Amino acid sequence: MFENIRLAVKGIWSHRMRSFLTMLGIIIGIASIISIVSTIRGTNEQIKENLIGAGNNNVDVKLSQGESEYYMDQGSPDGIMTVTEDIKKEIRNLKGVVSATFYNKRSWTEGITYKNTSLENGSIYGVDTEFLRTKGYVLQEGRGFVDQDYKNFSKIVLLDDVATQTLFPGETAIGKIIEIKGEPFTVVGTIRKSDAFEPVINSMEDYYMYNQNSNGMILIPQATWPIVYNFDEPCDVSVMAENTDIMSSIGKKVEDIMNTLVVASPTSDEGEGETRLSYRAADLLKTVKDLQKVSESTNKQLLWIASISLLVGGIGVMNIMLVSVTERTREIGLKKAIGARKKKILWQFLTEAAVLTSVGGILGVIVGIIMSQVIAKMSQTPVAISVPASILAVVFSMVIGIIFGLLPSIKAANLNPIDALRYE
Amino acid sequence: MILEMKNIYKEYIQGKMSIPVLRDINFSMEEGEYVAIMGPSGSGKTTLMNLVGCLDQATSGAIFLDGQDISECTDNEMADLRLQKIGFVFQNFQLLPKQTALENVELPLTYAEIPKAERIERARKALVRVGLEERVNFFPNQLSGGQKQRVAIARALVNNPKILLADEPTGALDSKSGEQVMELFQTLNREGVSVLMITHDVEIASHAQRMIVIKDGMIKEED
Repeated sequence: MFENIRLAVKGIWSHRMRSFLTMLGIIIGIASIISIVSTIRGTNEQIKENLIGAGNNNVDVKLSQGESEYYMDQGSPDGIMTVTEDIKKEIRNLKGVVSATFYNKRSWTEGITYKNTSLENGSIYGVDTEFLRTKGYVLQEGRGFVDQDYKNFSKIVLLDDVATQTLFPGETAIGKIIEIKGEPFTVVGTIRKSDAFEPVINSMEDYYMYNQNSNGMILIPQATWPIVYNFDEPCDVSVMAENTDIMSSIGKKVEDIMNTLVVASPTSDEGEGETRLSYRAADLLKTVKDLQKVSESTNKQLLWIASISLLVGGIGVMNIMLVSVTERTREIGLKKAIGARKKKILWQFLTEAAVLTSVGGILGVIVGIIMSQVIAKMSQTPVAISVPASILAVVFSMVIGIIFGLLPSIKAANLNPIDALRYE
Repeated sequence: MILEMKNIYKEYIQGKMSIPVLRDINFSMEEGEYVAIMGPSGSGKTTLMNLVGCLDQATSGAIFLDGQDISECTDNEMADLRLQKIGFVFQNFQLLPKQTALENVELPLTYAEIPKAERIERARKALVRVGLEERVNFFPNQLSGGQKQRVAIARALVNNPKILLADEPTGALDSKSGEQVMELFQTLNREGVSVLMITHDVEIASHAQRMIVIKDGMIKEED
C-alpha cells in the first residue's frame, strides 16, 4: 500500500503539468465548496450572535394573544393576575437564571414631550431595578433607579440614546424635566446597550432586522406606572440565562410559571382567529434558525453548482487515467508477465487516481481557505472555516478518484499481457 | 523433468475461422538443460513460448511445469507461476524507463511481497551476477543495449526461477554485445539454471545443448 502510494506520487510528479491540469477541476470544485460553506457558517454565527446577543442570553416572556404579542395599548385585559412576589422569587430561583426583570410596557406612545419637541412612537417601560442588567443596558450618564425611588414614587426617567438625541439634540438631558402624558418626570440618566450586545450591522437589511427599538425608549420606575397608566397591569418578564443552550428550556419554564397567572381567558364570540391570552417565550433560537435557513437555502444552490464542477473534475480524472493506461500498456504487460496479479495492477491505478484527487482536494481546501479570507475582506461578511468540512472535502475528493479511477484501473488490470507486451 | 508438453494443440479464432498455430507438440526438458527452439517467423515458436511461460493456455493437451499441470490453472495461479517459476527475457528488454536498474530488478520481488531491505539486497546480488555492479543506479537510457539486456536477465533471475525463457534475446543487439549475452546464458546454465531460448538465428541457437526446429506449428527435427 505504502509502496503503491510512493509510486503514485512519483508517477504524478513525473507528469507535473498534466497532473495539475487534471486536478484543476477538483481544486476548483473543492475550493468553491469550502468557501461557500465557510461563508454560510460565518453568516450563521453572525445572525446567532446578533439576535441572541453575545454574552447576554435574553429570553423575553410576553403576554400574547394567539401567536402575537398582546399590546397593552388595546387596554388592559381581564383575567390576568398581577405578578406576585412569590412568582418573581420562583422565576429568579430557577436553575440557570442569572437575573430576571418584570416590566410594564407601551409601544408607539404619544405624549412624551420636552418643550415643543415630542418623541413620536417611542416606547415606555415601567421597570424594576433588574431591568438594565437583564436586558443588557448600561448607564451612559447620570444614575439609575434605586430602591428609594420606588418607595418615594419618584417621577424620574431614563432615556436611551435615540430618545436623548430626539428630545435633547445638542444639549444635556440630565436634570431636565420632560412630560409624559402631562406628568412631569425628571431625567436622571441616559442608557445605551452594552457593547457585548451590539449587533454587527453590515447593511440596511441588517439594520432593520436587528434594530427594533429605533424609535427611542424611555424607562420610569414601575412604582410610578399607575401615575401615567393603570394600576395592576399585567407584566412581561425578561430573564437572562446562564448560556445560550438552555435559553429555550428556561423560556418554557418561565412561560409555565407565568401562565398560572392567567385565571380566565376571554373567549371570543366573533371567532376571528386565536384570541386566547397566554404568556409566550420569544424563542430566539427558533428565530435564529429561521433566518439561517433563508441564508442557507440560497447557498445550498451554490453548493450544487460547485458539486457539478467536482463531477466535471472527476470525469477529467477518468479521461486522463484512460490515456495513462493506454500510454503504459507495455509497462502493464511487463508487470503482468513477471507475475503481478490483476489485483495488484488494479490497486496501482486506483491508488494513483485516489492520490491525484486527494492532492487536488488538499490544494482545493487551501485555495478555498484563501478564497474565504478574500471574500471576507471584500464583502465585509464574516467567514468561519470548518475543519470537519475540510477533512470531509479531502475524503470526498479521494472517493471521487476511486470512483472515476475504477473504470481505467479495471481496463488496465484486464489487459492481456501478450498483446500488451507487443503494443507499440 | 522441468518441462513436459503432451499433445499440445493450439488454435486462434479469427472471425469465423480457426487457425491452427501449434499441432501435436510433444517435447520435454530436463532440469539444468539449455534448449533452443528454432524456426522462421510465423512458425508458432512465440506461441509455444507463451504457453510455456503461462501467458496463454493451450486449446488441448497438457503442459507440466516443474511437475505441475498448468492447463487447468486460473488467472491468479498463472500469475503466481510466472512470478515464482519463470524468468522472462524479451527481445526489446522491456525495462521501465523511469526506474533505475536496481528498481527494475526489484520489481518481481515487490510482487512477491518481500520486504524492502531484502529486495534491495537480492536485486543488487542479481545485478552483480550479470556483471553490472557498477551500473546499479543507472537509468535504462544511460545503459547500452547489452547492459539493458543484462539488467533484464538479472530481473528474470532475481526470484530464483525454475526456468529462464528467452525470446530472441540478442535480436536487438549488435553482434559483440549479443555474444556477451550468449556467454552470460552459458555461464548461468553452467551454474544450474535451465534455459529455453527462442531464436531464428542458427548461430545463436548453436550455443544451446539441444536444438529443436519448429515449422508450420510442428516440431520438424530434434537433436
